[in-house]
Amino acid sequence: MAVLEKTPQRVPGRPALRTRGVSLVWRPRYVLVLTIGIAVLVLGMAANIGRGEYPISIPDVLAVLMGGGDSGQQFIILELRLPRSLTGALVGGALAVAGAITQSIARNPLASPDMIGLTTGASAAAVFVIVLGGGFGTVGGFLASAGLPMAALVGGLTTAFLIYGLAWRRGVQGFRLVLVGIGLQAMLMAIVHWLLVVAEVFEAARAYVWLNGSLNARGWEHVVPVSVALALLLPAAFLLAHVLGALQYGDDTARGLGVPVNRARSLLLLVAVGLASVATASAGPIAFVALVAPQIAQRLVGGARPPIGMSLVVGAALTVISDVVARTAFGATELPVGIVTAVLGAPYLLYLLARYGREARA
Amino acid sequence: MKARLTYGWSVLTTPAAPAPAVGGLRRRRLAGLALLAAFLVAACLASIAVGAKAIPLEGVWHALFTPTGTEDDIVVRSLRMPRTLLGALAGGALGLAGALIQGHTRNPLADPGLLGVNNGAAFFVVIGIYAFGVTNLYGYVWFAFAGALVASVAVFVLGSVGRGGPTPVTLALAGAAVSALLAALTSAVVLIDVQTLDAYRFWAVGSLAGREVEIAGQVQWFLLAGALIGLASAPALNALSLGDDVARSLGHSVRRTRTMGVVAITLLAGSATAACGPIAFVGLVVPHIVRSFTGPDYRWLLPASALAGSTLLLAADVIGRVVVRPGELQVGIVLALIGGPFFVWLVRRRKMVAI
Repeated sequence: MAVLEKTPQRVPGRPALRTRGVSLVWRPRYVLVLTIGIAVLVLGMAANIGRGEYPISIPDVLAVLMGGGDSGQQFIILELRLPRSLTGALVGGALAVAGAITQSIARNPLASPDMIGLTTGASAAAVFVIVLGGGFGTVGGFLASAGLPMAALVGGLTTAFLIYGLAWRRGVQGFRLVLVGIGLQAMLMAIVHWLLVVAEVFEAARAYVWLNGSLNARGWEHVVPVSVALALLLPAAFLLAHVLGALQYGDDTARGLGVPVNRARSLLLLVAVGLASVATASAGPIAFVALVAPQIAQRLVGGARPPIGMSLVVGAALTVISDVVARTAFGATELPVGIVTAVLGAPYLLYLLARYGREARA
Repeated sequence: MKARLTYGWSVLTTPAAPAPAVGGLRRRRLAGLALLAAFLVAACLASIAVGAKAIPLEGVWHALFTPTGTEDDIVVRSLRMPRTLLGALAGGALGLAGALIQGHTRNPLADPGLLGVNNGAAFFVVIGIYAFGVTNLYGYVWFAFAGALVASVAVFVLGSVGRGGPTPVTLALAGAAVSALLAALTSAVVLIDVQTLDAYRFWAVGSLAGREVEIAGQVQWFLLAGALIGLASAPALNALSLGDDVARSLGHSVRRTRTMGVVAITLLAGSATAACGPIAFVGLVVPHIVRSFTGPDYRWLLPASALAGSTLLLAADVIGRVVVRPGELQVGIVLALIGGPFFVWLVRRRKMVAI
């Protein structure tokens, strides 16, 4: 498999599509796995939309989504339940793509956005608003609830630029970037812990829910920012993806292959930061999706680095299916989706590790 | 020896690495170790002398060498000395464990928590609070230690089941997976029961406050065993850092070395976490600081990391007692707030020694 990717000449049964600067190879396994992944995602969304106090069967859900169904079902699905599922899918996908990019740039499977501080800045800002915003009476409380996603977004972006600025020394190396990131991440986590200790216990509990990532009561206003971010940044990610392949061999080799290393890496990081920040602002730092989805995608597809398209689908499907479980597993008590993503994602990653132990030696 | 090698193997006789550089390196390492030891002594003294109650230096001296049971004597001997001892032990354990885990996973992002130690301990402590009503520090110790043990055994077994055995990548990923799983379960329990959250959040910051001498006594033998196993594995770890295949061809058993390493890390980090709660950052940052003067040789790196870990933890604890008087800031928080910028500065200033 790996050999096929490295050899430039045509391979029988693998027709290549080449235009200027871009080439694609027909890989049956990728296409098959991607199709299955999308089918799982759609079914998961339909199941998630169907579940609730007024259950709707999966065929009915699909019918409404195609434009049919009666007006009651249309209202429940389109106004109440679809935005939540869509937010879940988009946020999960955005986090997974961000993870695929940072893991590829750092050449380190642990370097997901939450590990290197990109989402922790958002967490610190949000917990700050939750814990200290409640102290200013009802007006302050209202501002706090309206401004929470904004605070998270600003916190995330500020942290990202701080990390990038601090890691800059005649260019940015993946290694230095990751180390600066974990330095800042530790500081921000300490601030979060401190806020949790000084807070009233019920505010601490609210902050804890946010910190675990929740899709509770997400409406169209949460769908819009994530879809805009994905619409802008995803094409950029795909266009730059071939650069990731070259960066995989190390900076010097990539430069030798004609990649403008610093510029390409800055752009890719910008894409990852944008996706991770907007996703975190919408649904909180949903745990583990950014780390596990690219790794699962890579092991399903094969290859030397996390594939972007497949990561998107795996992240979306994982988040949506986790949301189904989070909403229904404990009856009336609804868990934050981030708890379930870890509980579902971790064993699956472990299974893949055991099964594909040889490939994991990358 | 040299003559025999020369026979028929002329390539080997070309002069090797220049000797003066090696001498310089040794001097730098010895100087670094001496400096660390001096810092550690200073940190211990500061930790005994500084606190919420202002005690003059002669009072401290009196308490240390000719105690007569005055109020100052009691504060120094029953509060500050156990706390200092525990801080030094836990810091050393975390520093050593950090150097070991970074060596075994060959990943500069690894810290002792990667084997699931922190999250396992946290989960068991939460279970202890929620299901068994444990709310005192002595009770937490055994729950936390058991949790650390169970989690890291699970990580090691799961990271070893693939055909290649325990490789750096599978260990790191298995650790991340198990940690995330345990953290999620911890969150679930804490979110179901607010009272558990109320007790847990104070354990979760990591602190030396209120730990009496019995707590260090509960974990001291595990710490000692972990330190001995860890230090003994230094030569094998040097071979492992050349890659598994090279280490194997040099006659080391990769599987046995890694098993020993995981046992040592578990004992060290598990004890420290059981005694103080999860303290991040010591295990992560200390090896990077130390590596800048020892280089990658684990025979120097491991002991120096232990010394630096003790110093760092004690210094942070002293600072935490001073900054928000009359209250105090938990050592885990101080460590990250001071260690973070320092680490960033270090990363920017020096060329980090890659693993």
